[in-house]
Amino acid sequence: MTRTDRLEAMMPGLGITQPDREIKGRSLWQDAWRRLLQNKAAVVSMVLLGIIALMAIFAPWLSPYPYDEIYWDYIQAPPNFDNAHWFGTDSNGRDLFIRVLYGARVSLMVGFLATGVSLIIGVTYGAIAGYFGGRIDNLMMRFVDIMYSLPFMFFVILLMVVFGRNIFLIFIALGAVEWLTMARIVRGQTLSVKRKEYVEAAHAGGVSNFKIIVRHIIPNVLGPVIVYVTLTVPQVILTESFLSFLGLGVQEPLTSWGVLISEGAKLMEVAPWLLIYPAIFLAVTLFCFNFIGDGLRDALDPKDR
Amino acid sequence: MEGAMNVSTANAVSPDQPILSVKDLKVHFALGGGFFNKVTRHVKAVDGVSFDLKPGETLGIVGESGCGKSTLGRAVLQLITPSDGQVVWLGDDITGLPPKTMRPHRQNMQIIFQDPLASLNPRRTIGDIIAEPLMTFHPHLNKTERKKKVQQIMEKVGLLPQMINRYPHEFSGGQCQRIGIARAMILQPKLIVCDEPVSALDVSIQAQIINLLTELQKEFGMSLLFISHDLSVVRHVSHRVMVLYLGKIMELADKDDIYRSPKHPYTQALISAVPIPDPDLERNKSSIVLKGDLPSPINPPSGCVFRTRCPYADEQCRDIVPALEGVSFSNDDVTPSHEVACIKWQNL
Repeated sequence: MTRTDRLEAMMPGLGITQPDREIKGRSLWQDAWRRLLQNKAAVVSMVLLGIIALMAIFAPWLSPYPYDEIYWDYIQAPPNFDNAHWFGTDSNGRDLFIRVLYGARVSLMVGFLATGVSLIIGVTYGAIAGYFGGRIDNLMMRFVDIMYSLPFMFFVILLMVVFGRNIFLIFIALGAVEWLTMARIVRGQTLSVKRKEYVEAAHAGGVSNFKIIVRHIIPNVLGPVIVYVTLTVPQVILTESFLSFLGLGVQEPLTSWGVLISEGAKLMEVAPWLLIYPAIFLAVTLFCFNFIGDGLRDALDPKDR
Repeated sequence: MEGAMNVSTANAVSPDQPILSVKDLKVHFALGGGFFNKVTRHVKAVDGVSFDLKPGETLGIVGESGCGKSTLGRAVLQLITPSDGQVVWLGDDITGLPPKTMRPHRQNMQIIFQDPLASLNPRRTIGDIIAEPLMTFHPHLNKTERKKKVQQIMEKVGLLPQMINRYPHEFSGGQCQRIGIARAMILQPKLIVCDEPVSALDVSIQAQIINLLTELQKEFGMSLLFISHDLSVVRHVSHRVMVLYLGKIMELADKDDIYRSPKHPYTQALISAVPIPDPDLERNKSSIVLKGDLPSPINPPSGCVFRTRCPYADEQCRDIVPALEGVSFSNDDVTPSHEVACIKWQNL
């Protein structure tokens, strides 16, 4: 019996009759994506988040008012659909709806950019520390510990003093803090992945360390990392709100959800809409990210299969 | 089947010259030792092992869990740096070579692992997995040439070539092991270390994989270091068998010798424990039951390491570290074909 005959006996009708047809495989990422699409909360969250992001991007076309124009006739006016001040106006007479959307731009941008910075630094740093281990690992992770012990606010104020108030400083400050946890997570995952036999097989095959990290380590630590990213984005948005609340965030007339909420909170009793609308947007966004993170964790969990 | 060592690779060394020769190899792992602590103790995983491997030969390595079988296999491939001793590969000492200098040797030595699925990167297609050694050593090959080679070797190991774009989790254990074998075979290496390649598979698949390995060996003439704890499997594939205990060689002999007349009490106990596939014989056979557990390799017994569990041990065994002694010799009367490390083997 030839090999093909034996295979035919083992797996009848599995494409042997059409030997030229290649069978397309389904990768673990594709599998995870399918599972994620079956999670209703995650899908709804993705749609909502997409809508909010689109609204932020196309903000100038969605409202007849610019975000920094003061309307003296409408100081602190409640929501009114007749004159298209859908969310009312703030205490300076600016349209709240467009300001919420511009706030979304800043908040989401801070969220994604700071997370992106932390992702790139954290994954590289953690993978190198975990992979090489030993003394390198010890040194690199002790540095992370030292960075952890720096008070965050002190760090931000220091940056502000040295470089002046600038929105990009917020990205840097947040990214510089968030990558620490990312590096720890990636290092921990790398420690377990580098002991896997496929990494040893790559060693035996003479693959260089750099290629082992890129081909074998990083793709296999990305699961938990992606879940952590979905938790980092809201955390960063919240931290930015906190900084803005303290007056260290973005500068007027530009705004962010944090600034809007902090202003709204002051006038909560006389003009509640100033607090309610930005708070709804922030809360919905945070919930969305958390649901997506939840869904991703379930979808990516290898124990599922 | 043995004796049919059809060495067909292009630049094969002469059949008498050992392809691999291991001299007094030791692998000791440091225990303790951290930022502030001194290294105080060592696990002696492999402790003074020497052997030669001829081209096209299969050396079976048997022993119970924790006796250093896998460590020995990895130390031969320099995946673990030996603490002492030498690994001589085709006349060159490769012990502790830095990765760059070691790299050219790696295309001639490969490894197959115990857990078939864990040895394949779950994020890559099997085409990529099998092609990885090609990409490392023949980066000039273009996509079509590489694919052709991958599909050729897939056919050789009994995988459908059109499966090339699938992922490891879509295959069964036996198929995954075939993928592992294809990856090891694609550069046609001279040595493959098989680290318990069948112990994670069920019996019928075991037979397929073993037959595949022996068929490939006949065709390509590579040598195998076959690590296993299954004596019947080792008997089926090996030309010679080495019995390890606590990192030391207890007995090393041609397959027929060691199974027909084991000299070391440990080997005797192991072989008597192999079940016979005949209920009547099985019921009446007497097997030697060893008492106790494997002693800790951190501080092994003095003298003969096996003495704590040996039914024949006495005072002498405590004091004398037994060296490997020739029991019988091959045709030239110099190279022993059967060696044993026991001071009393003649009286047993």
